[in-house]
Order: sequence, then structure tokens, then C-alpha cells
Amino acid sequence: MTDSSVATAGGLKGFAWRRPLEAIFLPVAALVVALILFGGFCALAGANPFGVYGSIYQAAFGSWSAWQNTLIRAAPLMLTALCTALPARLGLVIIGNEGALVMGGLGAIALGLSIGSTLPPLVAQILMAIAGMVAGGLWIMLAGALRYYRGVNETISSLLLNYIAIALLNHLVEGPMRDASFVTKPSSAQLDPAIWLGTLPGTRIHFGLIYGIVICVLAYGLIQRTTFGFAARTTGGNIRAAKIAGLPVGKLTLAVCFLGGSAAGLAGMVEVAAVQKRINESLVSNYGYAGILVAFVARHNPLATVLVAVLLGGILASGGILQRSHNLPDATVLVFQGIVFLCVLYSDSLYGKLPWFQEKVVSD
Amino acid sequence: MSPRKPIRFSRRQVMRSLLAATAFGAATKLSGCSPNTASSTEGGADGEAGAGAEGDVVVGFIYVGPKDDFGYNQAHAEGAAAMAQVPGIKIVEEASVPESSAVLETMRSMIEIDGATVLFPTSFGYFDPYMLELAAEFPEVQFFHAGGLYQDGVHPDNVGSYFGYIDEAQYVAGIVAAHASESGNLGFVAAKPIPQVLRNINSFTLGAKTINPEATTQVIFTGDWALPVKEAEATNSLADQGIDVVTCHVDSPKVVIETAEKRGIYSSGYHANQAPLAPEGYLTGAEWDWVSIYTFLGEQFVEGKTLMAGDIDHVFRGGLADNFCKLSPYGPAVSEAAQADAEAAREQFLAKELVIYDGELKDNQGNEILAAGDKYEQQNIALEKMDWLVEGVKGSVSG
Repeated sequence: MTDSSVATAGGLKGFAWRRPLEAIFLPVAALVVALILFGGFCALAGANPFGVYGSIYQAAFGSWSAWQNTLIRAAPLMLTALCTALPARLGLVIIGNEGALVMGGLGAIALGLSIGSTLPPLVAQILMAIAGMVAGGLWIMLAGALRYYRGVNETISSLLLNYIAIALLNHLVEGPMRDASFVTKPSSAQLDPAIWLGTLPGTRIHFGLIYGIVICVLAYGLIQRTTFGFAARTTGGNIRAAKIAGLPVGKLTLAVCFLGGSAAGLAGMVEVAAVQKRINESLVSNYGYAGILVAFVARHNPLATVLVAVLLGGILASGGILQRSHNLPDATVLVFQGIVFLCVLYSDSLYGKLPWFQEKVVSD
Repeated sequence: MSPRKPIRFSRRQVMRSLLAATAFGAATKLSGCSPNTASSTEGGADGEAGAGAEGDVVVGFIYVGPKDDFGYNQAHAEGAAAMAQVPGIKIVEEASVPESSAVLETMRSMIEIDGATVLFPTSFGYFDPYMLELAAEFPEVQFFHAGGLYQDGVHPDNVGSYFGYIDEAQYVAGIVAAHASESGNLGFVAAKPIPQVLRNINSFTLGAKTINPEATTQVIFTGDWALPVKEAEATNSLADQGIDVVTCHVDSPKVVIETAEKRGIYSSGYHANQAPLAPEGYLTGAEWDWVSIYTFLGEQFVEGKTLMAGDIDHVFRGGLADNFCKLSPYGPAVSEAAQADAEAAREQFLAKELVIYDGELKDNQGNEILAAGDKYEQQNIALEKMDWLVEGVKGSVSG
């Protein structure tokens, strides 16, 4: 995580280009290795690997319609990934993305239903987004607070908070919030059509994609280009040094956790306002957990998150074609995800270990 | 430090990888990926058997879980495989599609890439908003929904719903259960308090009460369609309460039936035949017969019949008489008296003479549902909006 800063230190001859190249080469190599391994898996399952690669490409990026499919799936992943990526810069492993998404959806729907059509659509949508972000943010901040003040492992607590959020959702839609006239499944009432989040003109992609990209860019700026981000990264690098330097570690922990959770909460708001239009258990459809994968593959870099989310969106979009055209089992797409994830994680341990990518250091 | 250090793992890297791997493990576990799915290639290969030449009608089937779940999805997948045998039909299938925008994309892709002109999104939750949204966009594609609430004039012309009155089979199963039970206490493990489930609970109870007016059904709602641990706990807790016959309405009844057999109590199946899981205590069961329905619909498609032209009913329903559902063969514990009573009721259903919801009828809160002399025929839409439990059921619709 501190790779780029090392290379610029004094004593180097010329421009430091090998390290950035390494940061591009390793993930790409990991993907290639993953594709080869997955090809072997497909061959074992009786499908032609090259046919499978072709189908994945066609189904994910082969046409404008396929691109839209990919981007629709990628949109929520960009936001949920930040829930892991931002706290990771502080040295925390938060996996409460699914819970934060659910809480965000609940916050947004509660506000959206009480607004109805009394406010202009744009104002109503902004208020719903804020409600979703605050709800998701507070949820993850809870895990951060438990970590900082009570020493509770944030990975476990945030994982368990997922179950609580989902149980709360089920309780609300089957009890207090239930709309008895909607019989498909226990759900809340529907949002007023006036405040639904629409699609981008000429496409079927909802505005969540724009939210995702904007928030990722903002998060990148915050982490890489502000004193706040610097303080957070410093704390992540060495918490004791940060404390000695007088950084407010507690406040930073809470703030970064809040920001991460609010990104996932916004994903929940988008899902509710653009896709479901009401809230029910369909909100829990794995966006949060897939977001963890995106964050790790992107090495917790918010800009890389956008690219990785699009890549994973493409993999998910191609899942159907693997079943339909190649007779592969429905879990194949999960196998592919898993192989990609393991390869990228392994490649993570190779940074700085491949001789060719080391900058030539002038010895003293 | 030398730049050429060997590949080595620091403790921090190992810890980070382990935590991440745990996270990923949690992710795959929670995404509903079951080990069974690996074997579902065989099902897919069967589906291909009927694939044929250009000009075939392409029919898309979408399932919410794996095709071999011993329950709801398997019943549909077996029906789809039967439809694939109809000459002129080619089927495409996709399993484990969540009820999110993913199903929208799956349907669109089946239409645009595979050229599907008929779609069967089989999960109840696909209907609103996903199926309705796409049906409006593709008016030339037919959408069939299992159990959807098609309403004339409200929903697009190319949407149809088909569903069986499987509660007729549950009513007969209730008769068998009341005969087998010594205590008169029956148990029902249910997923969620939605109308379809409540209707099965009520019909099962009403069937039992024709044999033993004092019979009661204790209901436990687990909260979701596939929660094997909770289903086992619920079955055990029912057995602990002295209940001696259990049945269920969950996606895969396997766990409930097996647990009942282990506890030495009787069980009654659902969705498919679970007799092999409980050779001693399995009484009978309410099964779907999608093979007959899907074969029939496949023949209609090949003949060029459509919903839009009005050749196929928008509300395609039926019970025991129309081969939508059937009963599992009676198990060894079913007495001759029980079989005689059950067969008598079945004959009445086959002749369409028996009405399950026949006044006077009260719910378990004491409110009157039907006055004496009033009836809800099977087609009555009020039954599809059911939100009450009949007198004799112990439990509440709020879970």
C-alpha cells in the first residue's frame, strides 16, 4: 500500500517506471493465470475452454447490450467495495458491506415513504441518498467504535452485524412496514413513482452507475490528496507512530468507517430507489459480499475499484451464458470468481519480490 | 537491504490473506452456493436432449436455486426436461438467479441472445416488478409465471400465470394425517406467511378436521425458503411438543422429512415424493405434476398458440382433476380406513364436487371468514390474498 512513495525517494537514477509497471503487470498476470486455471476447470467439466472464453467476452463486453448488462451489475459493487476499501487504508478489515447496504436501503425507504410526492423529485432523491448514507455509515461506525474503544475484532463484529441488519430487515417487512396488498413477498409499500431513480438517457443503466463512479473518484481524492487521507494512511501504516505524531486515531477510525459504511448505504438506496422500488429480502442479493472481493482485487484503491467492479460485473453477466451455451453448472461463475480472487491475493504477496521490477538503487 | 530478496511471506501478509480468504468463504457460503450444484450438469444435458433444428420454439426456464434441490426448483426442472422432449421445442435454462436486477438481465439475454419467445421465470418473487417490466418491453414474448397474480386489464396481454391448487392434495394429506395421529396434534413447518403457504396450512388443517374435529395444527414459520438448520430445529421442537405428524412448505422438504423419521414420528411430503427419505413414517405427500403441465404447454407453443391471441388462458389453474398436482403413494403406516377416506375425498376432487373453503368458517382469532352457506370456490381470488389461519391452527400470520 505504500509502494509508490518508496520509489520516489532519493538515490534513483532517472524516472521510476518499473514500480508502476509492476502494479499493472501483477494484476493482469494474476488474471491470465486465473483464466488458465479456469480453462482447466471447464475442460474437466466437459466444455471447450476457448469457447468458454469467447462466450464470457461476448456476454460481458461483446455488444452495447452486453456492456449495459455488465455496468448494471458493476454499479452497486463500486459502492459496496468502498465499505471494505476505505477502512482497509486504516488497517481495518471490514466485511459488513451487506449489512450496511441493507441499513442504507432501510434508511432510504423509510424517508422515501414518508416524503411520498410532497417534495420535488431531485430533493427527495438527495434526501433519500443522505438517509441511506447516514444509516449505512452509522452501522459500520459501530464496528469501528467497538474496535477502537473495546478492542473487538472488526472483521468478526462487522460480519455479525450483517446478520443483525438482515434480521432487522426481515422483521420490518414482515411486521411494521409490511404492505399487505403486495402479495409476491413480504415487502414495504412502494415508493412514489415520481421519486424513482431513473435510467441514463438511451440506456437501461440506472443513475447508480454515476453515483458509483463519482463516489469512487471522491474517495480517491480524499485518501490520496488530502491531509485527512494522509492521516488515515499513516494510521494504517503504523498506529503507534500515528498516535505519537498526535493524530486523532479514534476520530479517524470512526470517520473512515462512517464513510465506508455510507458508500455501501448509498448502494442500498440506489437498489431500493432504482431497482426494487420497495424494500424486501431481495435487497440481500450478495452485492455486499461481492464488494469485498472487488476491494481486495483493487488493492483498496478507490479508482481501481471502478475497473475491478466492471470486470466482476462482466464475469457475473457472463454467468448465464456459461450455463446456457456450455452446460456448465450454475456454480461455475462462483468458481471463476474464487479462482480470480485467490490468484490476485497471491499476486499481492509478490509485490517487491520480482527482481525485474526493482528500481536500480545507487548503493551508498 | 538487497533488492533481490527471495520470495518470502511476512506474518502480516499471511494474516491478511487468511482474513480475506475467510471473507471470501463467507461470501460464497452466504450466496447460497450448495455443493449439490456441481452435479447439475446431468440435468442440463437432459435439457439438451430435445434441442433440435432451426425454427424451434425457444423456451427459457429460470430458477431461483439449484436444479437439484430435492424440492421446488427440481420439480420445475423435471417439468422443463419433459417439455424439451416435445418435438419443436428447445429449452434454455439458468439456475440460481437471484430476485434482483440479475433476473431482468437473464430474461433479456435469453430473448436477445438465445431468441427465446417464451419464458418461464419460475420463482414467485420474479413477477413484480421484474417480469412485468420486461413483458411491457417485449410484447411479442410470452411470460408465464408460477403462481403470479395475473389480473385482466391490469397486466400486459403477454403475461400469464399458471398454478396448481396443491392445497387439494394437502387437504387429502390432512385426512391421512388425522387418521395416523394418536394425539390429534399435527405440525407444519412453513417458510413465510404468504397466501400460498397459509392456504396449504389451512387446507391441511381442514382436511384433518373432517376426520377429527378436535385436531390442531401447530405452525412454525422459519422465515425463509431454505434454512435447513431452522427446519430441523422446528421439526425437533414439534416432536418435543408431542406432535406426531409433521408436514411442511419449504423449498426443500428433505430436512423436515428426515428429522421426523429420526424422531420416530410420521411425516407428509411436499413438492416431490420424499418417501425414500422416510421409509417407515412417510404417510403421503402433496406433489406437483409439472411434467404433465409443461408437456401440455409445450405442445401448445409448437402449434403456434399464444397468450396474446387468447389461445392459452391467462389464468391457467387446476387441481388434482387437471393433473397439476398429485399425491405420493401411501406409505406402510396408512391404515385401510385412512386410505378409504382419502380416496373418497380425492374422487370428489376429481369430480370437482368438493369445496374446501365452505362456511361457516372462522379464523383462529375467532373472526368469521365465511358465513354459513357461503363458499370460496378454488378460483376465488380471495383465496390468493389469504392472510388468516383457520380455527384449529396454532400460530399467527405475523410469524
